[in-house]
Parts: sequence; C-alpha cells; structure tokens
Amino acid sequence: MTGATSLPAAARAIVEGDRRVLARAISAVENGDPSADRIVRSLYARAGRAPVVGLTGPLGVGKSSLVNALVGRLRSLGQTVGVIGVDPSSPFTGGSVLGDRIRLERRADDTGVFFRSMASRGAAGGVAEATREVSRLLDAAGFDVILVETVGSGQVDVAIRDIASTSIVVVVPHLGDEVQTLKAGLFEIADIFCVNKVDLPGAELAKRDLAELVSLGSRPNGWAPPIVGTSTVEPRGIEELWEDVLAHEKFLDTSGERTQGERRRLSSEIVGLARDRMGRELMKRLEKDPALRRLLDDVVARRIDPRTAADRLVTGRAALRRR
Amino acid sequence: MAKARAPKKTPIRVLIAKPGLDGHDRGAKVVARALRDAGMEVIYAGLRQTPEEIVRAALEEDVDIIGLSILSGAHMALFPRILVLLRENKAGSIPVFAGGIIPDEDARLLKKAGIRAIFGPGTSLEEIVTTARSLAHRTA
Repeated sequence: MTGATSLPAAARAIVEGDRRVLARAISAVENGDPSADRIVRSLYARAGRAPVVGLTGPLGVGKSSLVNALVGRLRSLGQTVGVIGVDPSSPFTGGSVLGDRIRLERRADDTGVFFRSMASRGAAGGVAEATREVSRLLDAAGFDVILVETVGSGQVDVAIRDIASTSIVVVVPHLGDEVQTLKAGLFEIADIFCVNKVDLPGAELAKRDLAELVSLGSRPNGWAPPIVGTSTVEPRGIEELWEDVLAHEKFLDTSGERTQGERRRLSSEIVGLARDRMGRELMKRLEKDPALRRLLDDVVARRIDPRTAADRLVTGRAALRRR
Repeated sequence: MAKARAPKKTPIRVLIAKPGLDGHDRGAKVVARALRDAGMEVIYAGLRQTPEEIVRAALEEDVDIIGLSILSGAHMALFPRILVLLRENKAGSIPVFAGGIIPDEDARLLKKAGIRAIFGPGTSLEEIVTTARSLAHRTA
C-alpha cells in the first residue's frame, strides 16, 4: 500500500478533503484532460469502500427528489454523501441544462455533502463516460456513500449496473400495465424497486404488478428485489428505502456476489479501455502504416471484404509491430 | 462506449442562479435555455438561493462563469456578498454576469464592484450568449 505522501499532489489534496481540487479533478476526468490520468490511476486503490447507489427510471418519476431525501436520511445517520446527477446533453448542440441540483435542500455550510452535476456528453445508457471514474474520485475523497442519479432512462438504459453496487429502479403509478414489467431491460437490473409518489392513486396496483414480476423468479444470484413505496412530499418510505439498500449491500457481502460483480464490472472496464486504446492505435495505423493502408485500399477496391481485413489486422498485429 | 472519438472542445460550464426571495424565474430559464442551445452546460440552481449556496454550487460544479438573475431589488446587498464570498474562497477569477431590473446607477456601482456584465430588459439572447462566451474564454 502506498501512503498519502507518495500520491501526486492533487490526489493527496483530494484524499485530505480539498473540495476545490476534487471539483477540478472531476472536470479534468470529464474533459479527458491528461492531468486527470495520474490522479485517477493513483486513487484507484483508495476507492471501492463506499457503496455506490444508482437511482434510475423514466424522467419525471422523482429521482432528484429521492436523492435529496436520501441525502437527508444519510446525513441524519451521520454519513457523508457524494452525489453525481447526470442529465442529457443535446445531440445537436452538445449543450445541456443540468437541473438535478434544484431539488437539493439548503446545505451551504454542510461539508458532508458534495453534489456534482454531469452532462451525458453523447454517451448512451443513462450515465456519462466519466461517471464511473468520478464516483471513484468521490469514494477516494472519503465520502461514506455515493449516490448516482441517471438521466431519465428508457427501457434499455442499463449502464448504471456497471457502476453501482446497488441499483434502484424508480417508477410511479400508471406507467403502464403489468405487460410493461415483463419487458427486457430496465426492470431486469433492479436490486430494489421504488414506487415513488405513492401518495397518488394507482400506487397499490403498481406495487402489485411489480410484486408479481419479482415472484415469477428471483435473479440467478438468489436476490429477490424488494418493492418499497415512497413519497417525498409526505415524506414516506425513505428510511425503508435506505434499509433495503443496506440489506442488499449486506447480501452482496455474505453471498460473495460483491466480488463476482466487481470481477464482471472490472473485466468489462478493462476490455473497454483496452479496446478503445487499440482502436485508436489501429485507426492511426490504417492511415499511416503503408502495409495497413494497402489493406484498406484492397477493401475499398472490393478485392477483400472488411471481415477478412479485420482478421488480418488482428492476427497480423504482432508481425507488423516486429517489423 | 466508444472512446475512440477525437477529444472535442470542452463545453463551457455556467451556473445560473437566482439569489434572494423573488420567485420570477422565467428570465433565468430562458437564458439557461439559450446558453444550452449555444452548446454550454448550464447548471440551473433554481430559486431562492443564498449567496453562500450559490458560491458553494459554483465551486462544486467547477463552473467557468456565473449568471445571476434578480427582480426583487435586493441586488445591491446580494451581488457584492457573492463577489466577496468568491474571493474568500479563492475563486474571484470566476466571472459573474447578471440580469434583471437593475437601475443604471446601481449597475454602474455593481460593475465597479466586479460584476462583469449586466443585462436589462430587452437584451437580446444573442448578446447574452456572446458576452457569456467571451467572459468564459477570457479566464479559460
């Protein structure tokens, strides 16, 4: 283990609680700035302690209000909280209105909460590309719990599963009949179902439909997602929601699922990073390396097909490098 | 998730906030929308923010620029307080612009105090966007 003294200065400042340096490091990670590289690498070993709780679900179901309520609950338990609120970037202008902060209650003097809004910047799946690494920065900065609020998600926005240790899928009454709960995607990733706005009519039906879904078969790992009704106006169910999160986190530890889940998530992260890097390098060489350019010429002239060219690119890679 | 894309220009991050007690946020929302359409990332902090909350948000969100909207008449108390808090937090270099009902004489004083631009009723969105962009870049 490396002590705090062997960390780069910025990383050390983050560990020691400097929020300004943390905020700037988050920007650097988001922007792909080279200065983020050493910070992210050096702080990895210090992350992995805090539960990362994802809240996802369609737009308007009350995710931001639930985040605010959970922050309040956690603070009353003496826990510190780092929050990432993701909102969509415009596919046309790249601009974004990040409004998750609005629901955050007044905590100007509370250093136990750090809230960061994040634009999705073209990433599909409900979170931004930087969300995972930023959640690790918050973890390394010492926050006890990390909350991640996704963009208002569609049925296939399940990327939160690759970041969160516990995923809460938030719905409201009257989102659709029970057939909707049979569909693949979003409903499959729930570790906890939260029926928010439970003060509205139809809440019991929504809970019953979800209960039926859960009863049809537990997940392969044996966890049956609990269904909790919440209301942030009354408020109601917030303590229960957090209890369910803790129960799931405990399940992860006792069942060995945490290690397995980590292995699965990290292997996909490593492969993703390696693929990105190899992809960039191959792309560069296709343009610059004469042998590879000929390969491209051959495909353009229809002498060979793209699949064959890709085979040669992969199998011939070592030989090309030795040259 | 393809990361192979060339690094793009990083968007300007703006905090739009309404200090004080007036509840008229239509102007702030229209400006937020215009800045969004100009490709910026706009953190909309909403109504009834204290100067402390605004500065806290600006620091956590690491914004390039802050826009304040006010219609209550309390600008002479609230704006200078925000500037002081920014300086106290070593963030005095973040440019602050403002919009709302601000008499000319007050505007002169506020500009002297460090508010970089003040937009009154009838200002075009184009002017606000252009000014915001140049203010953000000068400090980038």
